[in-house]
Amino acid sequence: MPAEKADRPELAQALEALTGRFAASVLSGAVDRGELAVRLTKDALVPVLRFLKDEAGFNAFEDLVVFDELNASLGGGARFTVIYRLYMFPGALRARLTVGVGEGESLPSAVPCYRSADWAEREAFDMFGIRFEGRPDLRRIYMPDDFDGHPLRKDFPLAGRTRGL
Amino acid sequence: MAFREIDLNMGPQHPSTHGVLRLKLSVDNEVVLRVEPVLGYLHRGMEKLWESLTYAQVVPLTDRLDYLASLSNNLAYCLAVEKLAGIEVPKRAQYIRVALVELQRLASHLAWAGFMANDIGAMSVLLYGFEAREDILDIFEEYCGARLTVHGVRIGGVIRDVDATLVSRIRAVLERIPHRLEDIRALLDENRIWKERTVGVGRIAAGDAIDYGLTGPPLRASGVAWDMRKDIPYSSYDDFDFDVPLGANGDVYDRYFVRLEEICQSIRIVGQALDGLPEGDFKAKVPRVLKIPPGEAFHTIESPKGVLGFTVRSDGTDKPERVKMKSPSFINLQSLEHMCRGNLFSDVIGILGSLDIVLGEIDK
Amino acid sequence: MTPFVADLLIPVGKIVAVILYPMVMVMVMIWLERRVVALMQGRLGPNRVGFQGVLQPVADALKLFFKEDIIPRQADKLLFNISPILVMFSSLLAFCFVPLGEPIRIGTYTLTLWIAESQVGLLIVLGLSSISVFGVIFGGWASNSKYPLMGALRSVVQVLSYEIPLGLTVLTVAFVARSMDLVEIVRRQEASGVWYGFLMPISFVVFWISAVAETNRAPFDLPEAESELVAGYHTEYSGMKFAYFYMAEYAHMVLVSSLVVILFFGGWLPPFPSVKALDFLDAVPGFAWYLIKIMFFLYLYVWIRATFPRYRFDSLIRLVWKWLIPLALANFLAVVLVRHLR
Repeated sequence: MPAEKADRPELAQALEALTGRFAASVLSGAVDRGELAVRLTKDALVPVLRFLKDEAGFNAFEDLVVFDELNASLGGGARFTVIYRLYMFPGALRARLTVGVGEGESLPSAVPCYRSADWAEREAFDMFGIRFEGRPDLRRIYMPDDFDGHPLRKDFPLAGRTRGL
Repeated sequence: MAFREIDLNMGPQHPSTHGVLRLKLSVDNEVVLRVEPVLGYLHRGMEKLWESLTYAQVVPLTDRLDYLASLSNNLAYCLAVEKLAGIEVPKRAQYIRVALVELQRLASHLAWAGFMANDIGAMSVLLYGFEAREDILDIFEEYCGARLTVHGVRIGGVIRDVDATLVSRIRAVLERIPHRLEDIRALLDENRIWKERTVGVGRIAAGDAIDYGLTGPPLRASGVAWDMRKDIPYSSYDDFDFDVPLGANGDVYDRYFVRLEEICQSIRIVGQALDGLPEGDFKAKVPRVLKIPPGEAFHTIESPKGVLGFTVRSDGTDKPERVKMKSPSFINLQSLEHMCRGNLFSDVIGILGSLDIVLGEIDK
Repeated sequence: MTPFVADLLIPVGKIVAVILYPMVMVMVMIWLERRVVALMQGRLGPNRVGFQGVLQPVADALKLFFKEDIIPRQADKLLFNISPILVMFSSLLAFCFVPLGEPIRIGTYTLTLWIAESQVGLLIVLGLSSISVFGVIFGGWASNSKYPLMGALRSVVQVLSYEIPLGLTVLTVAFVARSMDLVEIVRRQEASGVWYGFLMPISFVVFWISAVAETNRAPFDLPEAESELVAGYHTEYSGMKFAYFYMAEYAHMVLVSSLVVILFFGGWLPPFPSVKALDFLDAVPGFAWYLIKIMFFLYLYVWIRATFPRYRFDSLIRLVWKWLIPLALANFLAVVLVRHLR
């Protein structure tokens, strides 16, 4: 069983600085399971990423995960939850930013801050239909360019929509 | 067509793209200006499929992601599920997992060495690498019946126990591999032609590498000592003593060198794992139908291609709500353009080979 | 010996032999290459068709013969069809001037083991083998596709560049032998007792490297390697036309090996002529010695191919212009100086 990293002081420091600087946009923040976990509004996304990269030392962008909260959103709440995972090397610390975004809404692009977010954003667009502002050339990456629909959405059928070829 | 700038296409069918990958190149009189990979030719909708399967049913499908290192994929997924469900894996199972995954790393790197050398023209190295790899695949076949899509790591442990015969067979194979490695090194390491085609080609600096999200041997070849086995040890890796080889220049030669050194280190780790194999179960008690209360977990491992991670989210049922894979080849391929810019287009093949991508992992 | 036999049958027979000989050697080469490379790589290679796979080249030729002949739509038909012929023609014609041994006396008739002897035979052979460049460029152009064209251009640049050190080293041999006649060169080596390969090793080495590059063989085979981006001038060719290119390449290799043997290793002469104890070697006919020697060089071709990675195109060109040509020039000057001071 992988040993959880004991809560490190850097994480607590970063959390404090973050909540201090971006008080209005940070909806919740904690050091949870050895990671810095922050939930914020989407307008603060890029400034917070910049802060974490330049000042808190999270120099690597690990992953961008999108969840389709179709059922939860029926009772109000954003359709998609997007998680940005950051990593600090050296130091082996993780940060997790959670942003909610509705259907048809767009997120500011993380690419000016972390170049490795490029294809991850294209994948999120392709699979879920989330648009990203502030980056050139947002295109599908897996599906053909003229494909209709976003396959990983919960309301997209597993077997696809086309009947035969 | 512009007077000097030409668009070239390295189609999805090409002997050297290591899978169905399309590269759109823009060259100016042989010097590469732009490289745009076009993906999706092997997209099978894995992540969508996983949402309709039980946690255990997902494991064999993970084999098909990075099909040259299938046990690593199994391990990454199983670790994420175990983290989410709070399953404690017995020590013996952890050691067996380490032995299997490091053998898998050997097999993957030997295949890579063969393909890369073949692309650059040294055909015999392909055969030598594969001959060594055959021994390892035979061991996998004896262990769990499959050579390539092994599915030997399961949720909670491994598929079955290792006995003394298998251990001695593994040790015999570990004796033979260094000789093949010597052959390969003798042919390539100091070979003038090899060095001319690899030294100084496809350079990426450490800072750019981290910013592009590069992980695994290409990152370590740029001098960044990031290895998940050391940084955030999993499956008892902190019990083992091994070095992390680093390169200095971040060029194709260093990536070649780093991977060959990793082969030597993997041999060490497997030896230690077999020597210190503790008593115990080879698998934890996991309910047949595994239902996990709502939650989310993310776990990464160091696969032969880079840092491989799985995010698993559960909703209380026996099927995962979402499984997202962080694919190292997918992210590594983004830096291809950066590495190729300014080099000749004859080098694109070598640089692509040095990244060691697998399309199954990129396209999911 | 009637005039009919002497003036018609024998020359026609020789011409047939001159066409058959390279063809047979090509068949041998195909088999040799595939088997030897395979064995070097730890696998077996073709060993099913005929004893030890010897009939494999026949099977390959039959297969290619029956394949569909595809011509790209916009291709220039005349040039497309001519190129394989040109390439094959240049290799085969040069064999007319290659001597295989001393003339044999049959009764009153002297059978010469060559079709023609010329005082500038060396020059003619080199010139004829250069005609293949036209075949390459026509093939690349006529295919109407940018990849074969680029491959053809690269191939032509490579061949033309490497002809310079080839010519320079051949000059040293012509200088020392005081002749450009291939038969004379061998006879001079016999007279002087030492083969030119040992007298002028640098000439031999530079000639050999240039020869490998001339024939577009590994490690200089980037213009035609299939794992590279640009696949070579014969990409669009199929069936028998492709077979022609393929066979012409091997024929060219045999021609070049013959040249190496004649110029530098005594042609049909047995080794160690001055050692009395090895006099039995003289019993072996000259033609057999010649064959043994070219087999060695053909084997060397294959051995090199199985071992080395490929040169990138710019390294290839840098090698010839920065290293081989200056070296060949310096070598020629050194040979002249040494001879003059003698």
